[in-house]
Amino acid sequence: MRNTVIAALVAAAFGVGGSALAAEKSVEVVHWWTSGGEAAALQVLKADMEKKGYAWKDSPVAGGGGDQARTVLRARVAAGNPPDAMQMLGFTIQDYAQEGLLGDLTAVATKEGWDKVVPAPLAKFSKYNGKWVASPVNIHRTNWIWANKEIFDKLKIAPPKTFDEMVAAADKIRKAGYIPLAHGGQPWQDATLFDSAVLSAGGAEFYRKAMIELDEKSLGSPTMTKAFEQMAKLRGMVDKDFSGRDWNLSTAMVINGKAAMQIMGDWAKGEFIKAGKQPNKDFLCFQYPGTEGSFTFNTDQFAMFKVSKAQETGQLVLASAVMDKGFQETFNLAKGSIPARTDVSDAKFEACGKKSMADVKKAIASNSMVGSFAHGHAVPEAIKGAMVDVVTKAFNSGTPPAEATKQLVAAVKAAK
Amino acid sequence: MPTQPRPPVRWLQRNLPKLVLSPTVAITLVFVYGFIAWTTVLSFTRSKTIPNLDFVGFTQYARVWAHPRWEVAMHNLWVFGLLYIGLCLAIGLLLAILLDQRIRQEGTLRAIYLYPMALSFIVTGTAWKWMLNPGLGIEKLVHEWGFADFKFDWIINEDMAIYCVVIAGVWQASGFVMAMFLAGLRGIDDDIVKAASIDGASLPRIYLRIILPMLRPIFLSAVVILAHLAIKSYDLVLALTGGGPGYATELPSTFMYVHTFLRNELAMGSASAVMMLMTVAAIIVPYLYSEMRSSQRPAN
Amino acid sequence: MDAGTWESPRMARGRGNRWARAGIFALLGFFAVVYLLPLVVMLLTSLKPLSEIYAGNMIALPQEWTVEPWRKAWEEVCVGLVCNGIKGYFWNSIKMAFWGVTISTAIGAINGYVLTKYRFRGDNLLFGLVLFGCFIPFQIVLIPMATILGKLGLASSTTGLVLVHVTYGIAFTTLFFRNYYAVFPDELVKAAMMDGARFWAIFFRILLPSSGPIIAVSMIWQFTNIWNDFLFGASFSTGESAPMTVALNNVVNTSTAEREYNVHMAAAVIAALPTLMVYVFGGRYFVRGLMAGSVKG
Repeated sequence: MRNTVIAALVAAAFGVGGSALAAEKSVEVVHWWTSGGEAAALQVLKADMEKKGYAWKDSPVAGGGGDQARTVLRARVAAGNPPDAMQMLGFTIQDYAQEGLLGDLTAVATKEGWDKVVPAPLAKFSKYNGKWVASPVNIHRTNWIWANKEIFDKLKIAPPKTFDEMVAAADKIRKAGYIPLAHGGQPWQDATLFDSAVLSAGGAEFYRKAMIELDEKSLGSPTMTKAFEQMAKLRGMVDKDFSGRDWNLSTAMVINGKAAMQIMGDWAKGEFIKAGKQPNKDFLCFQYPGTEGSFTFNTDQFAMFKVSKAQETGQLVLASAVMDKGFQETFNLAKGSIPARTDVSDAKFEACGKKSMADVKKAIASNSMVGSFAHGHAVPEAIKGAMVDVVTKAFNSGTPPAEATKQLVAAVKAAK
Repeated sequence: MPTQPRPPVRWLQRNLPKLVLSPTVAITLVFVYGFIAWTTVLSFTRSKTIPNLDFVGFTQYARVWAHPRWEVAMHNLWVFGLLYIGLCLAIGLLLAILLDQRIRQEGTLRAIYLYPMALSFIVTGTAWKWMLNPGLGIEKLVHEWGFADFKFDWIINEDMAIYCVVIAGVWQASGFVMAMFLAGLRGIDDDIVKAASIDGASLPRIYLRIILPMLRPIFLSAVVILAHLAIKSYDLVLALTGGGPGYATELPSTFMYVHTFLRNELAMGSASAVMMLMTVAAIIVPYLYSEMRSSQRPAN
Repeated sequence: MDAGTWESPRMARGRGNRWARAGIFALLGFFAVVYLLPLVVMLLTSLKPLSEIYAGNMIALPQEWTVEPWRKAWEEVCVGLVCNGIKGYFWNSIKMAFWGVTISTAIGAINGYVLTKYRFRGDNLLFGLVLFGCFIPFQIVLIPMATILGKLGLASSTTGLVLVHVTYGIAFTTLFFRNYYAVFPDELVKAAMMDGARFWAIFFRILLPSSGPIIAVSMIWQFTNIWNDFLFGASFSTGESAPMTVALNNVVNTSTAEREYNVHMAAAVIAALPTLMVYVFGGRYFVRGLMAGSVKG
C-alpha cells in the first residue's frame, strides 16, 4: 500500500495521471459506503477481487446518500474518464444506460443464469434494452418499523396492525415519557415515511398506479389525501429536535431506549446488530401497519461503464464476484439487507432477515413487490425530486393534506 | 543611444506586453466567457441529462420562476445577502476602528478575528452545526449553566434556519473585512486628521465626517467581495443545514446544484445559473466601471 | 506611522479616557471569545474520549485528555476502504496548492505589470473583462471544464487540478498585482526605460523586489482558496490522489451509530492547520499588502 502511495506521489509530481499506474490489473470503483459497517462489507468484495488477481482502486465520495458521488460522476463522464464501476440506484442506472455509457454484462449474466435468480422488478433496473448493465448486490426493504422491545413490553403494546392502533400506541408511549417515533428530518427520510404511508393507505396496486405510473387521478385521489393525513399524524409522534438529524442517530435513540420506534429501511438493522442487539430479544421488527404482504424495495447495484477493452475483463470479473452466492451472503449479513439472488440460503440470517427473504418471495408471487419511491426506484430523479419537495414541505410545515395532494399533482405535472 | 535591435526582435519587443498578456486573455475568453455562453445556450434548450440542442425559448426560465423552491431561494438570497453584507461591514468596521486605537495586543487580536477566513466551508459548517444543535451545543450548554428555559433552536426552525447561515457566514468573513478597513485606516493621511483635531473637532465627529468618507473605496471593495461570497455560498449551506429543514435554507446556488447534478434537469439548472450570474453582474459591473474610471485619475 | 508629538485622534492613554479604553478592551474581548469559540470547541472535542463527548457539554474541559483521536485521524481513520488516515491526502493537497499558488501568482504579477506600465487602447476594458472571472460560481464551469480536461487527457491528475485552480485564480492575482503596481511610482520605471532597460529587466529588477507585501497577499488568498476547494478536487481526482478536502468529507460524512466526533474534529483541525498557520503568521503581511493599495477602490 505504502509503495503505491509513494509511486502515486511521484507520478503525480510529474503530472502523470493515475491511469498510467495501472499496468497491473485493477478495477476502479466509486461508491459512498464509507461507514464502518458498509466499508467492512465492501472489504469482502475487495479481498475477493484481490484473490482473483485484480487490485481494487477505491474512490469513495461520501455525503448525501450518493449526491456528491453523482456530481463527481457527472464530471468524470463529461471528461470521458468514467470509473470501471459505480454504486448506483435504480433510475440513475437507466439514465446512464440511455446515454449509452454503460457496458454490457450479458455474457456473464447468461453464463451464470442471472435471469433465473434475480427478481423481475429488480432486474428491470439492472437491464436496459434486454442487456444486463449492472450487478445487483442486495435488496433493501423500506416499509419496516424497528421498535425497542423493552418499551413495548413494559407498556404491553403489540406491534400495531392498523394505523389507528399505531396512533393509540404512540399516545401510550408518549404518556410514559418516551418518544414514540425517532425520526431524522432530512428530505429522504421524510420520503421514506411517505413510501409506507401511501402503501398503507391504498395498497400495492394503488402505490403502483400513483407512484410508479404517475396516474394523475390516483395522485389526486382521496386515498392520497389519506396518506398525507397519516404523515400529519406521524409528525405528531416525533420529538421537537428531529430536523436535520441523521438516520443513524435516530436508530441510536431506539437502541438506547429513548424512543420506541423508527420507520426506516433495513440498513437500520445493521446498526442494531453492530450494537450487539438481537431481534425479538432486544428489538422488534415488523411492517408498517397496513403494509404486511407488500414489499417496497430498494437495491444497490454496481453499474459497469463502457471502458477500454483492457478494463472490460476486470469489470466482468467484478460483476461475477458481486453476484457470487458466497459474497451475497457475507455482504448482506453485514449490511442488514437480503441478497439480490433468491437462491441464497437464509440459514445464517437472523429473524428479521429471514422474514424479509420469505416475504420477498411471497410478494413476487402476488405482484406486490414495488420499487421504493423514496430511494429512486419508482420514478426518475427529476420527478422524484419534485415530489419529495412537496412531501418534505408538508411534513415540516404542516400543509393540510388536501392541499398537499393538489401540490403533488401540480409538481408531477411541472416536472414531467 | 544603444543600437536598435533588428526588425523581428523589435516587433517582438514592441508587442511583448500584449503577447505576455495573451495567455490570460485566451484563458478568460474560453474558460470564463465561453462557459458562460455555453450555459446560456443550454438554458434555452430542452436538455435533461445531457446537452441537447432543442431550443424552447424561455420555457426553462418560466419553470424556474414557477418552482416553489426558487421562491424560497430568492427570498433567502435577499435576507442572507443583505444581513451578511451589512453585518460584515458593520462588525468589520467596528473591529477595525477598535483595533486601530493603539492596542498592545493588536497582533494577537487581529489573528483571532482573521483566522475564520482560513477555514474551509466544510469545517465551518461542521463546527457551527454542532454548536447550533439544540441537543449538543449552545442550548445544552446554557441549560447546564442553570437556565433551563433557554431556547436556541433556530437551526431546526424553518423560519429561523437561514439566520444560522448568516451567523456562520458573518463569523467567517467579517475578519477579512476588518483587515481591509484596518489597512484603509492606517493609510489615511495624518495631516488631514491632524488639521481637524487642531481645529477642535471631537473624536466621533472626526470619524464620522472625515475618516469614514475616506474609506468609501474600501466599502465598495468589501461590498463586492462579500456579494460574491454570498452568491457563491453553497458549500456553507450544504455543510450547515443541508438545505433544510425541508428546503427552508435553499439559495439559488443550491437550487442550481440540485437541478443540474441530481435531478437531471440540465437546462433548468442552467437557467437558474444564468439568473445567478445576472444578479452578480448587476452588482459587479457598476463596480468595475467605477474601478476603471478611477484608474484614469491619479492614484491618491 | 509616526508616533507623533501631536495628539493623535486615536484615543490617548490619558486618565480621562480610562473608561473608554476599558470599554474598548471589553468589546474586543467579547468579540474575541465569540470568534474563538468554534475553534475551542473543535479542539476540546478532539482531545476527549468519545464517552465524555456524549455525556458532557461542548466547552467542558476534558477530564481525560487524549491525543488518540489525532493519531487516528492522521494514520488510521478509514477513508472509504483505505484505512491509512488522512496523511496521504494531506500531501496531495500540498503539492497541488504549491504549484497552483506559485503559477497563478507569477502570472498575476506579470499581468499586473503589463496592465499598469504599458498602456494601450482598451487595456482597462481588458482588465475589467479578466476581473469578471473572480465572480463566476464554480458549479457552472464544472461540466464544461471536465469535458475539456478530458479531451486534454488531464481529467484525473494533479496537473489537471492545478490547471483548473490557476485558471480561476488568475483573475484574483491579476487584481491584486494590478492595483498594487498602479500606485507604484512610475518615475522609476520610466527612468529605467530611458536607460534602455528591457521588458523583463524592469520587471525583475525594479518591480519584483518591492512586491513583497502583495506577493504575500496573493499567495495567502490563493493558498486558502485552493487548499479549501472541494468541488474541483472531488471531480478531478480519483482514489488516493484526492486532495485533503475530499478525504475530510469522506471521514466526516460517514454514518455509523456511534460517530467518532473526536476523530472528525481532529481531522478537521488537521485539514485547517496549513491555512491557519498561513493566516496567523502571514496576517501582518496581509494587512500591509492590503494597505499598499491592493484592494482600494
